[in-house]
Amino acid sequence: MTVSRAGMYIIVVGGGKVGFHLAKELVEASHEVLVIEQDPEKAAEIQEELGDIVMSGDGCEATVLDKAGTSRADMLLAVTGDDEDNLVACQVAKERFNVARTVARINNPKNEEIFRVLNVDITVSATSAIMAHIEPELPTHRLTTLTKLGGAGLEIVELRIPDDSRVAGKRIREVLLPYQSMILLVVSEDGLPKVPSADTMVSPGDVVVAVTLQESENALREALLLPPPARSF
Amino acid sequence: MRVMIMGCGRTGAALAGELSAEGHDVLVLDVDPAAFRFLPDEFKGQKEVGNGIDLDVLRKVGIDTMDVFVSATRGDNRNVMAAQIAKHVFGVKVVASRVFDPLREEMYRNLGLRTINPTRVQARRLKRVIEAQTDEAARSVVAEFMQQDGMV
Repeated sequence: MTVSRAGMYIIVVGGGKVGFHLAKELVEASHEVLVIEQDPEKAAEIQEELGDIVMSGDGCEATVLDKAGTSRADMLLAVTGDDEDNLVACQVAKERFNVARTVARINNPKNEEIFRVLNVDITVSATSAIMAHIEPELPTHRLTTLTKLGGAGLEIVELRIPDDSRVAGKRIREVLLPYQSMILLVVSEDGLPKVPSADTMVSPGDVVVAVTLQESENALREALLLPPPARSF
Repeated sequence: MRVMIMGCGRTGAALAGELSAEGHDVLVLDVDPAAFRFLPDEFKGQKEVGNGIDLDVLRKVGIDTMDVFVSATRGDNRNVMAAQIAKHVFGVKVVASRVFDPLREEMYRNLGLRTINPTRVQARRLKRVIEAQTDEAARSVVAEFMQQDGMV
C-alpha cells in the first residue's frame, strides 16, 4: 500500500474483524479514522482497543453519516459482512456526501460487476482472492486472472498450455485470439519469460500471460487450452 | 404483465394477491417458504424460494422475462440493491421498492428508482387517530383513510 500521505480522513463502516484490523492499520499509518459499528457492544470493544475513534450506529443511514462528518471524508470503506449494506453505505457516501473514493468488501464475487455499474470505486472480494490463488491448481480452471485494468473490462490473465492444446507447437502468428486479446508474455517451463514475436513458438507447459476482455475470457480459454477441433469427414 | 415480487410479507403477499386476481402473471420470491402463508388462497401465481439479491437466483426464476419488479422485503438495503440489479443489470422496465428510511427513500428516488416510504404517512395517520376526541371519532378518521385509499 502507498498510503503515506498523512492526514486523510477515512471512515470505516463495519467494526467486525476486517473493519477492526483495517482501522488499526490506518491509525498506525497516522490517518484520521472513524469506525461506524451498529452493535454498541462491539463498538465499545473497539473503543477499548483503539481509543476514541468509534461511533455506534447504522453506517447506511444518512443522519449517522452526517454526524460522522462524511462530507469531509477522503474515503469510505464499507466492510460489513453483508454485500447489500456495503453497497448502500457506498452509494449514500457518494450521492449525498460526495466522498471521492468508496471501497466495498463483497462476499459474492458475482456482485463485483453490479457494484461497478452502481458507481462503487473499488470492490474487494476475499472469495475472488482465494479463488485466484487456488485456480491454477484446479483442473477445470486453467485461466487465472492476475489483475483487472480499471473500468474498461480489460484484464490480465495467465494460462498454462496443456499438452493437447490446439496451439501447442504453433507460432504466435498462427494463433487465433478473440476480440481485444493479446499475448504479452510466454514463460517457458524453465521459468524464462519472453516477450513474443510473431515467430515465437508456443509449447506445451508454457505459461502465457495475455490481456483480454472479461467477456472474451471463455473464448480465450477455448483458443488456447482446448484440443484441436475434431475433423469432420 | 409479468410481475416479480421479492419479499412475501404482508405487503408483498397482498400486492401479489391483488395483481394475480386482476389476471397478471405473478411470481413471488422469498428466502423463507413459510412466508407464502400470507398469500391468499386464490393466489394462482408462482412461488419461489431464494435470495433476490443473488444474480444466479434472479436469472433462474427468469427476471429477464419480467415487465415489473417489486422489492418489499423488511430490509431497505436489500430492496434497493435488488431494484438496482433488476433495473440496471436486467433492464426490467418498471421497478418499484418500499424503503422504510425516509432519507434513503428520497435518495434512491432521486437516483431514478420508483420508491415509496410508508413511515411518514403512517406516523401522521396514527397521530390523527390519537388526536380524535372519542373512539367513535377515531373510527371515522380510519374510515376516511380507507376511502382515500380506495379500500371501501
